[in-house]
Amino acid sequence: MTGEMSALQLVLTGDPALYAVVRLSLLVSLSAVLCAALIGIPLGALLALTRFPGREGVIVVLNALMGLPPVVAGLAIYLLLSRSGPLGTLGLLFTPGAMVIAQTLLVTPIIAALTRQTVEDLWLEYRDELAALGVGPLGRVATLVWDARFSLVTVLLAGFGRAAAEVGAIIVVGGNIEGFTRTMTTAIALETSKGDLPLAIGLGLVLIAIVVVINALAWGARRAGERYVG
Amino acid sequence: MRAPFSDLPLVLTEATIAAGPVTILDKVSLMFDAGPPTLLVGPNGSGKTTLLRAAMGLLPLTSGRISWGGRDNASPARRAIVFQRPVMLRRSAAANIGYALAATDTPHAQRIDELLALVGLAGMGNRPARRLSGGEQQRLALARALARDPAILFLDEPTASLDPASTKAIEDIVRDVAARGVKVVMSTHDLGQARRLGGDVALLHRGRLIEHAPAEEFFAQPRTKEARDFIAGELLV
Ligand SMILES: Nc1ncnc2c1ncn2[C@@H]1O[C@H](COP(=O)(O)OP(=O)(O)O)[C@@H](O)[C@H]1O
Ligand SMILES: [Mg+2]
Repeated sequence: MTGEMSALQLVLTGDPALYAVVRLSLLVSLSAVLCAALIGIPLGALLALTRFPGREGVIVVLNALMGLPPVVAGLAIYLLLSRSGPLGTLGLLFTPGAMVIAQTLLVTPIIAALTRQTVEDLWLEYRDELAALGVGPLGRVATLVWDARFSLVTVLLAGFGRAAAEVGAIIVVGGNIEGFTRTMTTAIALETSKGDLPLAIGLGLVLIAIVVVINALAWGARRAGERYVG
Repeated sequence: MRAPFSDLPLVLTEATIAAGPVTILDKVSLMFDAGPPTLLVGPNGSGKTTLLRAAMGLLPLTSGRISWGGRDNASPARRAIVFQRPVMLRRSAAANIGYALAATDTPHAQRIDELLALVGLAGMGNRPARRLSGGEQQRLALARALARDPAILFLDEPTASLDPASTKAIEDIVRDVAARGVKVVMSTHDLGQARRLGGDVALLHRGRLIEHAPAEEFFAQPRTKEARDFIAGELLV
């Protein structure tokens, strides 16, 4: 990546190094959102439908974790994966895998907390009907998650937004290694500090464009779906 | 076609429900057995909804007992209820019925069409249930309840917010369903409706069962002052 070209040129000429960075960014953030969804949606739904001592406390902690500072999440995963850490033998530190784990830690509370709220609201609406139909606990979870699916798309978008935008966690556990763990946000941070503004701006534009396109697609899908199911 | 067991007769014995110091249902003893519809009448707050929910098995009693077909704590396999404000699932009209069918392991496709036709919604299966009009949603809720092939069907003021045409449509369905052998227990505060549909009428007031009699008898020779006042259109407070 040369610093001589303009931001627009870089984007338009399809600079291979730039696209490798874009690809890795998307791969890491989407994988993290997928992992966080697999953990956070069932967790949030379960929390919405169960009552146990300490539940309020769990909800407050979960809501607070939505604001977990990325560098702190990065530090926690760093300690976990570092050579002397409990999972050090896996050799994951400074790999894309470590970045996915760190972002999953950041995104899971968002998805779980928002899913809890969404599913609980729908549960209040549905509970009498489902009780009258004799639907059991598993059936309830499945029904509520399915019927809330368009709202949950927005929840996933919130998670993706957080993952795509953050730099603190992945720079700590990924190390910003060129051609291996460098993403759009870590590259922007680096290039800006080096004074290569055109490259930083180019990456920034690409990042914004991707986020806008993904949100537009999800919004369209939601609208189409809602037209069909009411 | 019918399962070998039934939820009939449904017997309430001194059924009482209290919320804190307030007694919502006060020692109500009633039996619902196969036959023409039973109409629950009484002013707002007299306990009609509470009685229907308890009879459905959705509300625990504070004291007294309920038995279904001679059993306590029976699963509501042969019971169905249409709430006063039914909630449609965020699915198509057909899928709302399909959901109830699936919950009872009944085979699908053809039955959905039959039920839609029965409530006058033939051809509207693909419409989002929540976009239907109030009267249509009420009829869809009826179809969804009937999907459970109930022996006893509870209807909580199913026509309370409907215009005369929609009310007539619901009453026609209720007659049709009753003629097919389903026991209907329906609350209303419309005395005309009780006259039109009632096999027997039960008057509730402040959580107590004031009077229970065949419809002609209830209207011709009310035994209690409350019933006479209620029929005469006096305000029961
Ligand atoms: N969960 C509850 N807690 C306290 N009071 C209740 C509760 N549910 C109903 N009630 C009261 O019980 C009375 C009977 O209510 P309801 O059965 O809805 O009467 P109806 O259907 O005849 O209008 C009302 O005064 C109502 O406010
Ligand atoms: Mg009521």
